[in-house]
Amino acid sequence: MLVALGALTKSAQFPFHFWLPRAMAAPTPVSAYLHSATMVKAGVFLLARLWPVLAGTDAWMWTVGTAGLVTFVLGAYAAIFQHDLKGLLAYSTLSHLGLITLLLGLDSPFATVAAVFHIINHATFKASLFMAAGIIDHETGTRDLRRLSGLARAMPYTATLATVAAGAMAGVPLLNGFLSKEMFFAEALDVAGPAPLLDRALPYLATLAGMFSVAYSLRFILAVFFGPPPSGLPSAPHEPPRWMRVPVELLVLACVVVGVIPALTVGPLLDVAVHAILGERTPAYSLALWHGFNVPLLMSVVALGGGIALYFALRRLLARGVDGTAPLLPPVDGRRVFDAVLTTTTTRWPRAAERWLASRRLQPQLRWLVALALAAALAPALTRGLTAGAVADGALDVGLLLAWCVGGACAVGAAVQAKFHRLAALVLAGGAGLVTCITFVWFSAPDLALTQLVVEVVTTVLLLLGLRWLPKRMPFRATAAGARRALPRRLRDLAIAVGAGTGLAVLAYAVLTRPPAPTVADFYVERAYPEGGGTNVVNVILVDFRAFDTLGEITVLGAVAIAVYALLRRFRPAKESTEPPPQQLQQTAQDVHDDVLVPGVIMRAMFAPIAVFAAYLLVRGHNLPGGGFAAGIVFTIALILQYMAGGTRWFEERLRIRPVWLVGSGLALAAATGAGSWFFAHPFLTTHTAQVTLPLLGPLHLPSAFLFDLGVFLLVVGSTGLALIALAHQSVRAHRAEREP
Amino acid sequence: MNEIVVAAGIGVLAASGVWLLLRPRTFQVVLGLSLTSYAVNLFIFATGRLRTGAAPIVPPSAGANPAAYADPLPQALVLTAIVIGFATTALLLVVLLAARGLTGTDHVDGREPDA
Repeated sequence: MLVALGALTKSAQFPFHFWLPRAMAAPTPVSAYLHSATMVKAGVFLLARLWPVLAGTDAWMWTVGTAGLVTFVLGAYAAIFQHDLKGLLAYSTLSHLGLITLLLGLDSPFATVAAVFHIINHATFKASLFMAAGIIDHETGTRDLRRLSGLARAMPYTATLATVAAGAMAGVPLLNGFLSKEMFFAEALDVAGPAPLLDRALPYLATLAGMFSVAYSLRFILAVFFGPPPSGLPSAPHEPPRWMRVPVELLVLACVVVGVIPALTVGPLLDVAVHAILGERTPAYSLALWHGFNVPLLMSVVALGGGIALYFALRRLLARGVDGTAPLLPPVDGRRVFDAVLTTTTTRWPRAAERWLASRRLQPQLRWLVALALAAALAPALTRGLTAGAVADGALDVGLLLAWCVGGACAVGAAVQAKFHRLAALVLAGGAGLVTCITFVWFSAPDLALTQLVVEVVTTVLLLLGLRWLPKRMPFRATAAGARRALPRRLRDLAIAVGAGTGLAVLAYAVLTRPPAPTVADFYVERAYPEGGGTNVVNVILVDFRAFDTLGEITVLGAVAIAVYALLRRFRPAKESTEPPPQQLQQTAQDVHDDVLVPGVIMRAMFAPIAVFAAYLLVRGHNLPGGGFAAGIVFTIALILQYMAGGTRWFEERLRIRPVWLVGSGLALAAATGAGSWFFAHPFLTTHTAQVTLPLLGPLHLPSAFLFDLGVFLLVVGSTGLALIALAHQSVRAHRAEREP
Repeated sequence: MNEIVVAAGIGVLAASGVWLLLRPRTFQVVLGLSLTSYAVNLFIFATGRLRTGAAPIVPPSAGANPAAYADPLPQALVLTAIVIGFATTALLLVVLLAARGLTGTDHVDGREPDA
């Protein structure tokens, strides 16, 4: 159905016909090409090729047949009233395409033969007519049928050619158009479709349309080439140059030859084309010129005579008529309808939707997002039901319960305090993170716990550094009116939050009480050592099985660090934050370095042990909890300690390696490790494990994944270091900015 | 019973996080994001079911029995999620600091609401 719609639009069938006459602005050869040969024919061609698959249903016959019939008759009718030469030809093209579509829609093999034949014929005579129109336009400077007249005297040769081609278009005997039109008439007579009334009307409608096409062909010839000598033309007409005529000559020759001896000329070509569509259903057809006196011949005669009569009857009307409007047809401008539809659907509705739904404010957006997620999760739970699973609950661990009492309290406390007591909220959120970490340990995820713990530390340090630049917020007594207005909003948010929390809790419980289904995880556990060469399955998944994901992930991490760095290079703190906060002044006044002398020494001394610990985590990661992520962040913590002990300036002066380089080299190392396996004819990121025995330390497990993990390590150190240093550096810069205004 | 505790914990974390996400001040949103990511990470982790004393460290021999170990897949997913969560938190923090410097307010819309 959709294919048919597309094909109908492409071939400019009713009700999608309006674009074709509009596409007449192009130069004439382009129009010839467009109209007669390829573009619009593509749709018909598609219909023809899909005919064996799609045809045979009533729906096909109704849509395609009706569209074709309407276009056929209306196009022919409208063509009579065009004043533009090319407009006339365009509407006639519409009509002929309608005819072909109708033939395909008639759903009989013989009609399909006629359709294919007409595709060929139409291409020849319409192309020659378009070129003739082009010649006329070129030589006279106008295409207005009311101004053109009597050109046969000036260009007899062109006139002859155009007359023959127009005769083919009208279906005059001895020309090719006559043959396919005869076939069509014959087919129109013995069609047996689902609607008897339509079947009976079809021959009459066909004859009517035939009359119309005779009329417009006649008009094309008579108005242009006959009558009084032309006057007031933009340029004096004369025969075109030889090479402008040659294509027309060839095409018209084809019209005549095919018309006189069809079986010898076009027969083989048609045979191939028809067999391509119909295959074994190809009917026996005859391409003879003379089939004897029969009803189709009578119809042709009626059409010819009626068309001539019609033309002379309408002649005076045509001379006065307004361009492009046919009487009795409702003046519906297809293009305007199209534009209106387009404007409405692509501009007005989206704008209205934007007005109703969109907001530049973040809060409503987030509220919609959360509410939508909630609704999406709630809908299946309500329709399909959500029950707890069958797995029996184990015993309660009191320690876990206590931990979660604390964790829950921390979370709620953080939520309450985040507005006015940021530091307290940060500490409380850290508490919640810590309980999360404990949960990971509790339930057999040491890698997660380790990573969560160190990330927690770094995040907290990062947020602490950021706190300095946020505005002071004093608790204020809200006015009664303000509080009244805020209350419903807060209640609504509370409801959403509680809803989300409850939903997630119920969902989690439902999952937890069901037995696990077999997943790909089993594969990982079984193959981790034999194929990955490591015993820590989580790490093996990260650096081996799913190493490509990890590579993408560390790329993101590096990009984020660089984005942070770039954002902070142009950082302009708010005016009120540029001055050192009172606490800092107080500290400086008391000469803070003496105060922290002892801890400072310890912190500096801690660097080496922590760095060794990081290296240990890195090396053992493949077999035991650890790995590049955790090790990298641990090493960053070592750096942060130096920072805290020595201060920003001291640290930056002594930092030999630029973090940006670490980011780059880490990423390069990880990627190069992956690419290395290509040299051994293995897929990207295949791991090879080697056991190296080091002096003193004993055997060392050294897979190539270790190099990958080392890349991860370097990148994590670089990224986190970069972000932290860039953020901490701001306090130095701000002071400087303050001093040199 | 441990399942109830963990599920409830996830719920409390998620509720606190969502509440903070809907607040008007940037710092609240950062903390909200942080709490929400705890909840989501725990949830993903929980889809591997709760097992005690079954860390997925297999013996160095072929043919480990998957049933004897905790599901490593959610763990690997959550591990990366933790690190990415850190990255997004850092980025969000810096963006909001820059916005604060640029607009002079820490309201999420970049301007104080019309009182």
